[in-house]
Amino acid sequence: MAYIKLDRLTKRFGKQTAVSELSLEIKENDFVALLGPSGCGKTTTMNMISGLLNPDSGKVYFDGREMNEVPPGRRGVGFVFQNYAVFTHMTAYDNIACGLKVKKVDRNEIERQVMTFAKLMKIDHLLRLNAGNLSINDMQKVALARTLVTKPRILLLDEPLSNLDAALRNVMRAELKRIHLELGQTTIYVTHDQVEAMSLADKIAVMNFAVLQQFDTPEEVYLRPKNLFVANFIGSPTMNFLQGTYRNGEILLKDFPDGRITLSSRNRSQVDGLLRHERVTVGIRPEHLEVVDREKTSALTATVVSYEPLGSETIVYLKTPGGGENILKSIMDSDYRTELNTRKGLKFEESNLYLFDDETTELVMKF
Amino acid sequence: MATITLEHITKRFGKVTALKDMSFEVQDGEFFCILGPPGAGKTTTLRTIIGLEIPDEGNIFIDGKRVNNIHPSKRDIAMIFQNLALYPDKTVFENIASPLRRMDLEEEEVDSKVRTVAKQLRIDWLLDKTPGQLSGGERQRVAIGRAIVRKPKAYLMDEPLANLDALLRLEMRVGLKELQTSLRDTFVYVTHDQVEALSMADRIAILDRGSLQQIGSPEEVYYRPENMFVAGILGNPSMNFISSSLSQQNGDLLIRHDSFIAVVEKKGLGEVLKNKVKDNAQIIFGVRPEDISIFFAKPVGVSIPAEIYVTEPLGNKTIVDIKLGNEVIKAVTRTSFTGKPEQKVWITLKDSKLHLFDQKSGVCVVHSDEKTPLKILTQRSRT
Repeated sequence: MAYIKLDRLTKRFGKQTAVSELSLEIKENDFVALLGPSGCGKTTTMNMISGLLNPDSGKVYFDGREMNEVPPGRRGVGFVFQNYAVFTHMTAYDNIACGLKVKKVDRNEIERQVMTFAKLMKIDHLLRLNAGNLSINDMQKVALARTLVTKPRILLLDEPLSNLDAALRNVMRAELKRIHLELGQTTIYVTHDQVEAMSLADKIAVMNFAVLQQFDTPEEVYLRPKNLFVANFIGSPTMNFLQGTYRNGEILLKDFPDGRITLSSRNRSQVDGLLRHERVTVGIRPEHLEVVDREKTSALTATVVSYEPLGSETIVYLKTPGGGENILKSIMDSDYRTELNTRKGLKFEESNLYLFDDETTELVMKF
Repeated sequence: MATITLEHITKRFGKVTALKDMSFEVQDGEFFCILGPPGAGKTTTLRTIIGLEIPDEGNIFIDGKRVNNIHPSKRDIAMIFQNLALYPDKTVFENIASPLRRMDLEEEEVDSKVRTVAKQLRIDWLLDKTPGQLSGGERQRVAIGRAIVRKPKAYLMDEPLANLDALLRLEMRVGLKELQTSLRDTFVYVTHDQVEALSMADRIAILDRGSLQQIGSPEEVYYRPENMFVAGILGNPSMNFISSSLSQQNGDLLIRHDSFIAVVEKKGLGEVLKNKVKDNAQIIFGVRPEDISIFFAKPVGVSIPAEIYVTEPLGNKTIVDIKLGNEVIKAVTRTSFTGKPEQKVWITLKDSKLHLFDQKSGVCVVHSDEKTPLKILTQRSRT
């Protein structure tokens, strides 16, 4: 159990800056996800926390103590990787026990500990089997138990679910979350999958091009993304974006030559106070964009190009009248059906809109 | 434009039977998806249609004509692979034109055909570039353009979107469906991704270990799966399977679980169930996550006591893992969810959306629907 502080960490590989001026404070017992596309610096960050990499500048602290000079083996961190690296010729039991054997723990104590964690992982009935004969899911559980049993101060997980198939991933996600709940280990979890980050983490650090974009709870990151990158990266299907120009309480939209969004007077005065540039992007999440018959709305219309009946919901795709490449997405009820190539009205609440400054890409306000 | 018919196709590789007695018909102008996990026989099916594999038994017909002995190049079908196999040293124009070069056409005609196709796929501004200069999605469109340009009878696609990132995959999904709708050609599309199948297909064939499990429209296979395999492969999170047992009491059919007892009305479902399963049979109760409602206080009417295991917020919805007896099932709520782990809750199941499967065979015995709902009439108290 430990709290972690990263103070302006920077790491370069040749001319490439992998992590730039990263500062983070991770509370004891928190589950933090490092989220971003490949190459954003998330694994490099994790490797600097574990000590596998030394930062070019900046400091790593555990419980207030500087760790930069402490070798990885002495930092008290436990790893689980994407390729679980279990010893396939050994039984599941011996795999889990090996970390304790190295530490010369008493035999009875080893057995007690292995059983505790095997039960927690629901693999106690598999302990006599060779690890090589287990399913991929169970192998990953063995790898996790093997790390947890050594009671590391900090648990580092690098995309541990990405080799599993979709159904198993769903099950393991819930199991991981439950295990963290019961053990309360400070955990850092590297992933490129926003669903994993959202569902598992207490807080998410979203990274892009070596730079931390936002560090917040899943709810905050989803409801109040700090900039266009975060807004676009979190949520599936992704947020709809409409470029436009703000003038006198109205947003003229590029994709809607005849349409505009007129703000209520309260929001107008707020925007007037906050906005520095007139070029803006309006964001609206697909679940807040409703497709209705044309008569039912005055403002914006678009043409249905496709819809996807996904069973639990239907996603409708629409082309804007401006003729651009921008395709809008709307989540409708599972029984929604429509003719293709028909013109429909778009309905949304002003309170569900996001306004981004196009020049800085920062969120100006969430209405 | 073509109808493709498979009639009792069996294909073996040594001792492994890759396809077992496979029969189906792809209709003219249809977007037909073949869905299954790795090793299900999807790619073998495609390769058999195009003629890269010769079936050990059975016949293949294209537009009613048996093609078993016809060379792949004479079947007039285009195939698009996951690795696009573009010519890296040729321009986009030459890549798209390559099938036409074998046809002895006037240069003007080649030019006009390539430009028409490129425009349709919105890559006309890239014609002078080479594949290395393009993004993944653009390369994909070049491969599709090369297939379209010679106007084959049908298109076969083997996981064409699998190498693309999530955002691009979504965009291409919409683009492909739009393309097929405008071409009105026959598409046979292989995928292991249920979202791709549900979102694009007119009909889906679901395969498991070489055998056909079910064919139907996305709605049919999602709402009325014929067995547990089909029920489990569709939907994310997938259907919950709850083990229970069937018994009779005073002429009523009862489905017993640790946490609830469902009484099946004699008329309708009861009759069907009685004829299809033996007394005391083990029954699997199937319910999709979106058909479960969660209450913090006991609601009016019958509800099942349960406990929250963990919650997984996803922004626009929350997956709630619920402990029901010794099992953990998943429910999906649309809005933000305030429940906490270990909190006691009550759940109800949508009685028109339940499925009962025979545990031994995995076959679906009964689907409930609005006309014949499956009512859970009693509950067991928390123990």
